[in-house]
Amino acid sequence: MKILVPVKRVIDYNVKVRVKPDNSGVELANVKMAMNPFDEIAVEQALRIKEASHAEEVIAISIGPQESQDTIRTALAMGADRGILVKTEHDIEPLAVAKILKSIVEKENPELVILGKQAIDDDCNQTGQMLSAFLNWPQTTFVSNLELKDKNLLSVREVDGGLEHMECSLPAIVTVDLRLNEPRYASLPNIMKAKRKPLEEISPSDLGVDTSKRLEVLKVEDPPSREAGMILGSVDELVDKLKNEAKVI
Amino acid sequence: MSILIIAEHDNQNLSAATLNTVTAASEIGKEINVLVVGHNCSNVSKQCSQIPNVKSILEANSEEYKNFVAENVSKLIIDLSKDYSHILAPSSTTGKNIMPRVAALLDVMQISDIIKVVDDETFQRPIYAGNALSTVKSNDKIKIITVRSTAFEASENTGGSAEIKSINGSGDTDLSKFLKSELSSSERPELTSAKIVISGGRGMQDGSNFGMLEKVADKLGAAVGASRAAVDAGFVPNDYQVGQTGKVVAPNLYIAVGISGAIQHLAGMKDSKVIVAINKDEDAPIFQVADYGVVTDLFDAVPELDSKIN
Ligand SMILES: Cc1cc2nc3c(=O)[nH]c(=O)nc-3n(C[C@H](O)[C@H](O)[C@H](O)COP(=O)(O)OP(=O)(O)OC[C@H]3O[C@@H](n4cnc5c(N)ncnc54)[C@H](O)[C@@H]3O)c2cc1C
Repeated sequence: MKILVPVKRVIDYNVKVRVKPDNSGVELANVKMAMNPFDEIAVEQALRIKEASHAEEVIAISIGPQESQDTIRTALAMGADRGILVKTEHDIEPLAVAKILKSIVEKENPELVILGKQAIDDDCNQTGQMLSAFLNWPQTTFVSNLELKDKNLLSVREVDGGLEHMECSLPAIVTVDLRLNEPRYASLPNIMKAKRKPLEEISPSDLGVDTSKRLEVLKVEDPPSREAGMILGSVDELVDKLKNEAKVI
Repeated sequence: MSILIIAEHDNQNLSAATLNTVTAASEIGKEINVLVVGHNCSNVSKQCSQIPNVKSILEANSEEYKNFVAENVSKLIIDLSKDYSHILAPSSTTGKNIMPRVAALLDVMQISDIIKVVDDETFQRPIYAGNALSTVKSNDKIKIITVRSTAFEASENTGGSAEIKSINGSGDTDLSKFLKSELSSSERPELTSAKIVISGGRGMQDGSNFGMLEKVADKLGAAVGASRAAVDAGFVPNDYQVGQTGKVVAPNLYIAVGISGAIQHLAGMKDSKVIVAINKDEDAPIFQVADYGVVTDLFDAVPELDSKIN
């Protein structure tokens, strides 16, 4: 079977983002970009399934500007077989991303799509669930353990109350949480090899998908900042402050 | 304008997050209805009917809703959607699992994790782990929204008398099968609604050392949380995690013990009223958001704190 893994190019998680002075968004120019950390975990999981001989091909897809091909190359260097870049001029919303993925699924016929549970830029946590709804395939989200038995998928999900065990049959949609695996680093030879792997480039209009925005961003601003506090000399002082100044205990 | 709220519950008790969602809804409009979808969940419907300002409760009581499987619940919500201008759910793992499906099939863009209602079509939400706040206006015909519960006060839960209407389910989609859950049980308050939270990080070194935090927690009536590093190391279960990808908390007092203060952790606790940090590294970023910091070894400070509060 084939596995499809969408990968998003986002600001590196170590970078402190800055809001643009005109409040139109956050500063992206000259900022270190990287693959969304959840997507790395998705790629890793797909590769492990392939290495266990449950899949023949892992396809990495990125939807975004030309530079998103770097993110695809990272997935290829990790071990994905080929890439598809769906090139867009402006950043697009999860609803349109899910529509694009649906039409690629219909073309490529994978049996499994593994996605990150959220992107660390817009923090939406929507795409996998939307894709599942469009395809009418089962979904299992926020997965921290995944097992493939014949055509059955056994998964453990991280939920607010603890863990949930689910089962579904393929084809299916999985969104991954942080504890599913530790993604591998790409070795130098594999980075070189990735440069020769096939990378197809298409546009949303080739797929007939309308990517116009549904949410108008009126303003992006800094969150209220906290005032610097004080360093106390002892636990006695802390207990006193909590009781008599903050009055919280 | 008519609003539907998806109640969060365990078939027995309504979760506090639903009350915060009612407050968000009442800032959008007047006519608020609550959907209680579950199995043998009539207790929950009764609790919902006590919430003031709620007009009616729709109860869909059926076997296929027992474990809130997303495919089944979203189908029901879509079947009900034509009567509403807004559908809201708490931004819990249940809400996050279900609502994007509803949005997709109605061909609208969900507004995730709102922290402020500007008007009935404009909302504020955090992006980049809360390092920026985005105000967005939705032009979609129906607004599908998840609500960050810590950003809204809880509404009252007594004094109302909404009527309870029983409705039919939409059937089992047979897509996903729920096998079992492993839920943490604790006598302590729930993390996201506790007034005081004490959290431990990698500095705790071991799961058994969380016993020190639990002793303090029990004296203060607090919940216990953790950083991702502490969960990844297996010190405590995943449901303790506070942060961008864990739970968001905003208690009156948050005590961070042996936690460095990575932005992903701060994302889950920096709206707490008072923050205390106990860390032996004076340069730890947690001190930049802490109201009170003590630079010391936690293995001295926590037992001392325990002995000095009563
Ligand atoms: C996509 C993504 C999502 C993430 N989501 C989350 C999330 O939701 N929540 C979260 O918490 N993290 C999250 N993280 C991880 C985050 O980046 C940090 O790695 C994590 O928060 C670090 O945990 P920590 O502070 O416990 O560990 P460390 O950063 O290792 O800090 C340990 C601290 O303990 C102190 N210490 C050690 N020993 C003692 C002692 N004896 N006495 C006093 N102090 C001591 C040290 O000085 C240090 O400051 C995420 C990361 C990514 C990439």
